[in-house]
Amino acid sequence: MQLTADKVRSEFVFRVEEISGEKIHGCYQCGKCSAGCPMAEVMEYLPHRVLRLLQLGQESVALSSRTIWLCAACHTCASRCPRSVDLSRIMEALRTVLLREGKDFVNPTRLPPELLEAMPQQALVGGLRKYS
Amino acid sequence: MRYSYFPGCTLHTQAKNFGASALASARELGIELVELPDWQCCGAVYPLASDNHMALVSPYRTLSSAHSRGEDLVTMCSGCYNVLKRTNVRVAKDPDVQGKLSAFVETDYRGDARVLHLLEVLKTDLGFEALKERVTRPLTGLSVAPYYGCLLLRPPEDMQFDDAESPSIFEDFIRALGATPVDYPYRTECCGAYVSISEDERSGEPARAILRSAGRYGAHCIVTSCPLCQYNLDVKGQMPVLYFTQLLALALGCTEVLQDFSLHHVDPRPVLAGFANGV
Amino acid sequence: MRRIGVFVCWCGYNIAGTVDVKAVVEEISQYPGVVHAEDYKYMCSDPGQALIKQAIAEKQLDGVVVAACSPNMHETTFRLAAQAAGLNPYRLEICNIREQDSWVHSQYKQEATEKAIELVRSVVEKTRRDESLKPIAVSVTKKALVIGAGISGMQTALEVADAGYQVVLVERLPHIGGRMAQLSETFPTLDCASCILTPKTAEVGRHERIQLMTHSEVVKVSGYVGNFNVKIKVHPTYVHWDRCTGCMECMNKCPKKVDSEFDRGMGKTKAIGVAFPQAVPYRPAISREHCIYLNSGKCGVCKKVCPVDAINFEDEERVIEEQVGAIVVATGYDLLPKEHFGEYGYGRIPDVIDGLQFERLNSSSGPTQGEIRRPSDGRVPKEVVFIQCVGSRDQEKGMPYCSKICCMYSAKHAMLYKHKVHDGQAYLFYMDIRAAGKGYEEFIQRGVEQDGLLYLRGRVSRVFQEGDKVMVWGTDTLSCENVRIAADLVVLATAIVPRHDARELAQVLRLGTDAYGFFQEAHPKLRPVESLTRGIYLTGCAQAPKDIPDSVAQAGSAASKVLTLFSGEELQHPPTVVEVDPDICVGCGICVEACPYGARAVDEHTRVATVFEVLCQGCGGCAAACPSGATKHRNLTKPQLLSMIDAML
Repeated sequence: MQLTADKVRSEFVFRVEEISGEKIHGCYQCGKCSAGCPMAEVMEYLPHRVLRLLQLGQESVALSSRTIWLCAACHTCASRCPRSVDLSRIMEALRTVLLREGKDFVNPTRLPPELLEAMPQQALVGGLRKYS
Repeated sequence: MRYSYFPGCTLHTQAKNFGASALASARELGIELVELPDWQCCGAVYPLASDNHMALVSPYRTLSSAHSRGEDLVTMCSGCYNVLKRTNVRVAKDPDVQGKLSAFVETDYRGDARVLHLLEVLKTDLGFEALKERVTRPLTGLSVAPYYGCLLLRPPEDMQFDDAESPSIFEDFIRALGATPVDYPYRTECCGAYVSISEDERSGEPARAILRSAGRYGAHCIVTSCPLCQYNLDVKGQMPVLYFTQLLALALGCTEVLQDFSLHHVDPRPVLAGFANGV
Repeated sequence: MRRIGVFVCWCGYNIAGTVDVKAVVEEISQYPGVVHAEDYKYMCSDPGQALIKQAIAEKQLDGVVVAACSPNMHETTFRLAAQAAGLNPYRLEICNIREQDSWVHSQYKQEATEKAIELVRSVVEKTRRDESLKPIAVSVTKKALVIGAGISGMQTALEVADAGYQVVLVERLPHIGGRMAQLSETFPTLDCASCILTPKTAEVGRHERIQLMTHSEVVKVSGYVGNFNVKIKVHPTYVHWDRCTGCMECMNKCPKKVDSEFDRGMGKTKAIGVAFPQAVPYRPAISREHCIYLNSGKCGVCKKVCPVDAINFEDEERVIEEQVGAIVVATGYDLLPKEHFGEYGYGRIPDVIDGLQFERLNSSSGPTQGEIRRPSDGRVPKEVVFIQCVGSRDQEKGMPYCSKICCMYSAKHAMLYKHKVHDGQAYLFYMDIRAAGKGYEEFIQRGVEQDGLLYLRGRVSRVFQEGDKVMVWGTDTLSCENVRIAADLVVLATAIVPRHDARELAQVLRLGTDAYGFFQEAHPKLRPVESLTRGIYLTGCAQAPKDIPDSVAQAGSAASKVLTLFSGEELQHPPTVVEVDPDICVGCGICVEACPYGARAVDEHTRVATVFEVLCQGCGGCAAACPSGATKHRNLTKPQLLSMIDAML
């Protein structure tokens, strides 16, 4: 990966910090977030690695990772982080960047009717807020 | 004991059994739950982006409404509880956000309402000892795995509900009903929450791990206070997953509300029949 | 009219790069009373000082101003030079045109030059009114107090005592040796801690110039450097140690078993006895908390079996007083309780232990006689996980700092485990391996290569009991994979923190502590063993986390400070302190309130305020507060201050 000053301190990184209210460089990559993440097993990039990609200014890799959509905002990471970085908020910021560009992860009109029937409203409202 | 009651959207639809069992139990216990007349959906998830406060408007309105009636606000859905409580903390702590919401909603609410989960009402306002005395049909021998999930406990600094790493309120509740709490390590692990609507075939892994763990420790059933957790666990078809209020109603003898288990994927009746009358 | 000389230093380019020193010299030589002015590249150098001495002699200067760096740097240097040339040193003043001028105004050369001229004029006005002063002589009590008898305190005590001075060594616990007495082996040599410690404890115990006081605490300190008055509370032992022969029949027969604090709760001891077989002093004490007789009046078995009738249930707390000239604080450390960490089991999982507990497990005098057996069921663990940085580098649940020694002792633990359990596996979760010490990195690599330690780079998020295993959920950030280990034993390297009551002792001693409660050194680099109070020194983990070699080195350094203090018959205290005009003073006592050093009082009989010159630090607080103007700061009087301000305006 090619690193440049522009990339490392890009507009994108500042935007993620602004939306999340968190300091990306506060993280010292101990991986405690990943170690306790309930969704880690199904993520292709562990949560701490997504944060590392942000520290390195790798906008496109971070945004194309499924990890940000698999984060369930359970706050296990944030409640144990030794550096007071709330990774849940950073994941939300990454989703928000995409959603504000109209890049929905789930299209509400294409959800299967049997799922709509079975799912609690809480999941639909919550899920669609996170995904569309 | 009179409270403003916020049912939330799911308790009127997919979790009718939760709402009905809660209200019947509360009536039996002399706890008056008065449904807020003008409640709106809380939004289901607490908004984590710090640059847009729109999603706080609805819970702010609910909090303000309860406060103006001079009553503590009770809810029992973990999701609603999480959103309302966090919004309340935010409003109390952040004058900037409070100012914006106040101007938008046109009421000057400053975060003074008390947001209570029904379990807290049972523990502190009624008392688990008093509850134990009101139990007419103790669930002796029933091994119940309490499932806390995330929303009741985290983030701990906002929720202040119980010890986030080692909670005990569910266990004490289960003991008060005469049943036996199962101590299993996954009781505070996340079930995957809303990720289940992403249709990722592996999004069910966390729920399956919770069920395996509860099963390994000999649980007959799981109790929860979150309709989403209930769905994610129940839909896997491994063991009955009940709302805590259903067990409460059972132990108090409010059997009429427990005739309908059609909303469950796993019918709890075969398991419950061995331990409780009237099912 | 005084004859004043002004010397302007370039400080290489530090000053001359910004301030036009030639212009300063030219301007100031016109100033009334200035009979000599010159500049030089490095005024503090020998040739620079020679210029000052020469001018004093040739021009009969009776006041000198050196415009240079901060007085903290070279005031003493220049005053000694002036003294050598026959000028009273207190008639030489420093004018700081570096830190307070050139360094902060490097972008504004002309203004900086003007400011330098004004500053120099102002100091010339002060110097014009300076009086000749003589340092205040203070006597020295050549006896030292050392608080804490761990490796650091013992080392200081021995060095001071060996040099021929009396030492009072106060220890709160019943025995000396501190934390090191709990250790099994030491890194990086793996030599037995007891083998290198017991010769020292024995030497301390028998040293004719060390007055050892165990079961004791310092409760009050007054006085000043060279003349401290110390009150020491001696807790009752309920045993006549002068009669006791140390047969320990009392301990053998005592029916009351209690958890051993020395073994970190993993072994048992008795309500009377010693903590471990090599304890110094080897004399038993009764635990007030646990003794059946002292709590219920029944039992008394120890009294019955004692062959020399040494048991004394009537023993009482005493307070004794000591006069000492110097104090060394060596109170050591605690470990952050593992109860802080809910995600690691809150101290509820029996097979999750801390580093000192592992030391006891591995110690041949410990609860398992040195066999590595886990607390829950006594089984030999086959998979052991060591977690570093538990509460260190953790601003949320612990301490933001690095505890410095955990990397090394965790490697040591893992190696010692492997030496005893050959078919076992040791895993170490680490953040960075900090092995900066002689032979330390080689030690780590030996552990990896020869003993097969598996290092995993990352933190652990959760530890929980699963059947008879302790599940560990961690991450290995190098492979970017989560790691799950079903362990038999987990050892937490919990953070080093100050003793729980360090802040109380700091108040007794009137010392500063840092944000965490470690005693504050006078300067982090140049005065690391001195406190901010003259005559009180710091050593060991009381000051900051450190290992045994560093503690011993600092202990030696503290001892040398004490010996320097004891090297003369008198100490000199700067005379630039306050004095009182008894004719003006009305005895209102406002100065007493204003003084942070306890240097002011009001004489009960004369109703006039007094000054304890040796306690006065010359801060001027009382002089400013004095409503009648009776308190005067020597060589910083009101006329001096006003003339200085006038010169600048």
